[in-house]
Amino acid sequence: MSGKYTISREDWSLHRKGEIDRERHREKVKEAIKKNLADVVSEESIILSDGRKVVKVPIRSLDEYHFRFDTGKRKHAGQGDGNSKEGDLLGSDQKKADGPGKSPGAGDEPGVDYYEAEITIDELAQLIFEDLGLPNLQQKKKPELASEAFEFKDVRKMGISSNIDRKRTIMEAMKRNALKGGIKGTYNITRDDLRFKTWDVTFKYESSAVVLAMMDTSGSMGPWEKYIARSFFFWMVRFLRTKYQNVQIVFLAHHVEAKETTEEEFFTKGASGGTRCSSVYKLALEIIEERYSPQDYNIYAFHFSDGDNLSSDNERCVRYVNELLKICNLVGYGEIEGPYYHASTLRNAFKKLSDNNFTSIGIKDKSDVYPALKKFFHNRNESKA
Amino acid sequence: MTKGAMPLHPTLELKALDEATEKIDAIARNFNLDFYDMYFEICPADIIYSFGAYGMPTRFSHWTFGKAYHKMKTQYDYNLSRIYEMVINSDPCYAFLLEGNSLVQNKMVIAHVLAHNDFFKNNHYFKRTTKKMVESMSTAANRIREYEFKYGRDRVESFLDSAIAVQEHVDPQHYISSGVKKPEGPEKHCCSGGKCSPGQCGNKHDQGTTPYDDLWELDQKECTGKCGGGEQQREKKFPRQPEKDLLLFMMEHARDLEEWQRDILSIIREEMLYFWPQMQTKVMNEGWATYWHMRIIRELDLTGDEAVEFAKMHAGVIHPSRYTLNPYLLGLKIFEDIEKRWDNPSDEERVKFDRKGNEGKNKILEVRESENDISFIRNYLTRELIDDLDLYLYKKVGHEWKVVDKDWEKVRDGLVRNLYNCGYPHIVVENGDFGKRGEIYLKHIHEGMDLDVFYLEKTLPHVFKIWGRPVHMETAVDGKEVLFSYNGEKVSKKFI
Repeated sequence: MSGKYTISREDWSLHRKGEIDRERHREKVKEAIKKNLADVVSEESIILSDGRKVVKVPIRSLDEYHFRFDTGKRKHAGQGDGNSKEGDLLGSDQKKADGPGKSPGAGDEPGVDYYEAEITIDELAQLIFEDLGLPNLQQKKKPELASEAFEFKDVRKMGISSNIDRKRTIMEAMKRNALKGGIKGTYNITRDDLRFKTWDVTFKYESSAVVLAMMDTSGSMGPWEKYIARSFFFWMVRFLRTKYQNVQIVFLAHHVEAKETTEEEFFTKGASGGTRCSSVYKLALEIIEERYSPQDYNIYAFHFSDGDNLSSDNERCVRYVNELLKICNLVGYGEIEGPYYHASTLRNAFKKLSDNNFTSIGIKDKSDVYPALKKFFHNRNESKA
Repeated sequence: MTKGAMPLHPTLELKALDEATEKIDAIARNFNLDFYDMYFEICPADIIYSFGAYGMPTRFSHWTFGKAYHKMKTQYDYNLSRIYEMVINSDPCYAFLLEGNSLVQNKMVIAHVLAHNDFFKNNHYFKRTTKKMVESMSTAANRIREYEFKYGRDRVESFLDSAIAVQEHVDPQHYISSGVKKPEGPEKHCCSGGKCSPGQCGNKHDQGTTPYDDLWELDQKECTGKCGGGEQQREKKFPRQPEKDLLLFMMEHARDLEEWQRDILSIIREEMLYFWPQMQTKVMNEGWATYWHMRIIRELDLTGDEAVEFAKMHAGVIHPSRYTLNPYLLGLKIFEDIEKRWDNPSDEERVKFDRKGNEGKNKILEVRESENDISFIRNYLTRELIDDLDLYLYKKVGHEWKVVDKDWEKVRDGLVRNLYNCGYPHIVVENGDFGKRGEIYLKHIHEGMDLDVFYLEKTLPHVFKIWGRPVHMETAVDGKEVLFSYNGEKVSKKFI
């Protein structure tokens, strides 16, 4: 009974295994997301994320599969506060999506069985945009605005004390001490040692783009069709923002007539009645004429419809699209193919168009959104070369 | 800032800790705890959490540990959970203390750890675990690292993925039969020439003299019956008995594995067997440690502030949960109850079981030596305790989770059922040469709980990857017997 024990404290700074494997896991998460981009792009939690920076993406391929019991079918043991009785309700699966904090004891709750990776929207966007290119980048004559910008690029001996340059100040002190001979360290910072960062005023030129988001809101476009359009525009705007400082988006809804709407109305409000697509192209042309001169703006126009257009209107549509093509960087048309077959759709009419800047895309399913983005933003210049 | 909360200088802190440990060590010995020498090490949070994720500081590297580490570390960073210590079943016993623990936190942790150490040393189920696992895992990790250099990281990683997918399917009791079983192989059959007698078939045993010898005979009788009936069928059986140790079976009999792959299977299997007793005695082990940290801390002179801090921390440890049983709390309560009932037996217990009273301490020492969670709960979780703790069983009904059983016997039996085989499905290799095509036929021994079919279908490809040929798995879904098969391309299922 000698009390044989040892207590020690070692240097663990080189023990990196946890971090290394964590990094490997992160890599695998990225790989998995990349493989699943088609599903992830139209993931509701992202499109409807409302500005949250981090989103959760379900990744089934990183589940650790093994033989296990069906949690939903077996009995589990728990402990009450003293008054539990048969039939007491512990929780419910139904309203999982209600938001954070609502599900009881998240984590140790049974039933949650797939792995969700957390990823920032920016990281995700980076993965998505890796394969996208911006064709027809045109130098616009004058930038929309040149804003004043402050750039810290000067160091002076006088300044505001909150802008003190610590590193340089300490360097000065050390230099001075060293010159005196042999005193190491930073004792005695004198007034003379102080250095301040200072700014210059510069002008920053911004390039601008405008997205004309056009959508058919006739009776045949339901919430699902609108959701598809929404996911597409979500990424389109995000992508353009990586290329231009200033991206504006104009929402144009139409049935027989077209009008400009707010974003909310655009994605939520429906109207009934027939469809005349030319109305929205005409409105688009007018708006460009009034507000977005092609000399100043890069213009991207995209129109979603189910293609159920008045056949008499198709000719006019082709004519307007041709006009749009003269002033826009890209014009796209996405046809959301419903369960019904239409004999004569707008997309057929657009087959006559041969302009390289026009893209027409058919979307059947959520997972088609990503290929659609890729098709619309594939790098035409590159593919030609 | 109060004086108690001032961080001590590291040297002073170590000194204070050293003094406290000496006291705690003496108190524990006084209580008849019997433990290996201790080696305490103070570690920063990320290190403790990585140990927690890997189960051992020296374990091999794999992304699943990285995932576990990420999860634990994130919870720590957001202040959602905290591991105060990590203790390893080894001799000397290693324990890692979280840097930043206060002195009283460390006192509790040290007392707690000494009781774990005592449990590792004395509980029967730990008798066969190696006490040098820190070193074994370290050399195994080095070998795996070498394989990565030699055969490529992706190949090794994906083989590890597959091995880990079936890692629970080992047989901790394998040593009982391994001493007497002949090596098996497809070419070797036990009953050659169609003749079969009880002595030849099945296991040969030293006919020693223990009180349990008659049990072996039961085995032989069953065997004679079977062999007499279907000699032909019996002859071709491979393995002779259904084999629970899937990892061992594949390691020995999968035809196309390379040496390094067999080595990986053996590493995974050894590590699982090492961890198995800890999973098998989780409730007891944590209950035991909690019981003793309370008793030991009571013997120390704590200041008022320290006593409050200890009470808070202890309350956190034994906090009950509606969705799962807290092993610390359940184990503690059962041990306390045993002590009480053996110290002050009722009149009935005095007469019926010849309990004399004042035997509580000895009884709990005996229980910690001879039981595992299943027998512990079956033998000592009483009706009164179940009512007192308000335990219940719950189940998913439609979309809701509802309490379905409050009857004490059902609750106890439900608990035991969930602990069986450490909560993993019991799966055996029924045939290693199915259809004479060298395919593997697994059977889930269904004990009332269905398997997760989605997971089952995703796990079969892992078995395929190791076995190298088609894989079959027999189970039952909603009362119907189903055979799932994976042929290297897709999973199919049919009713049988």
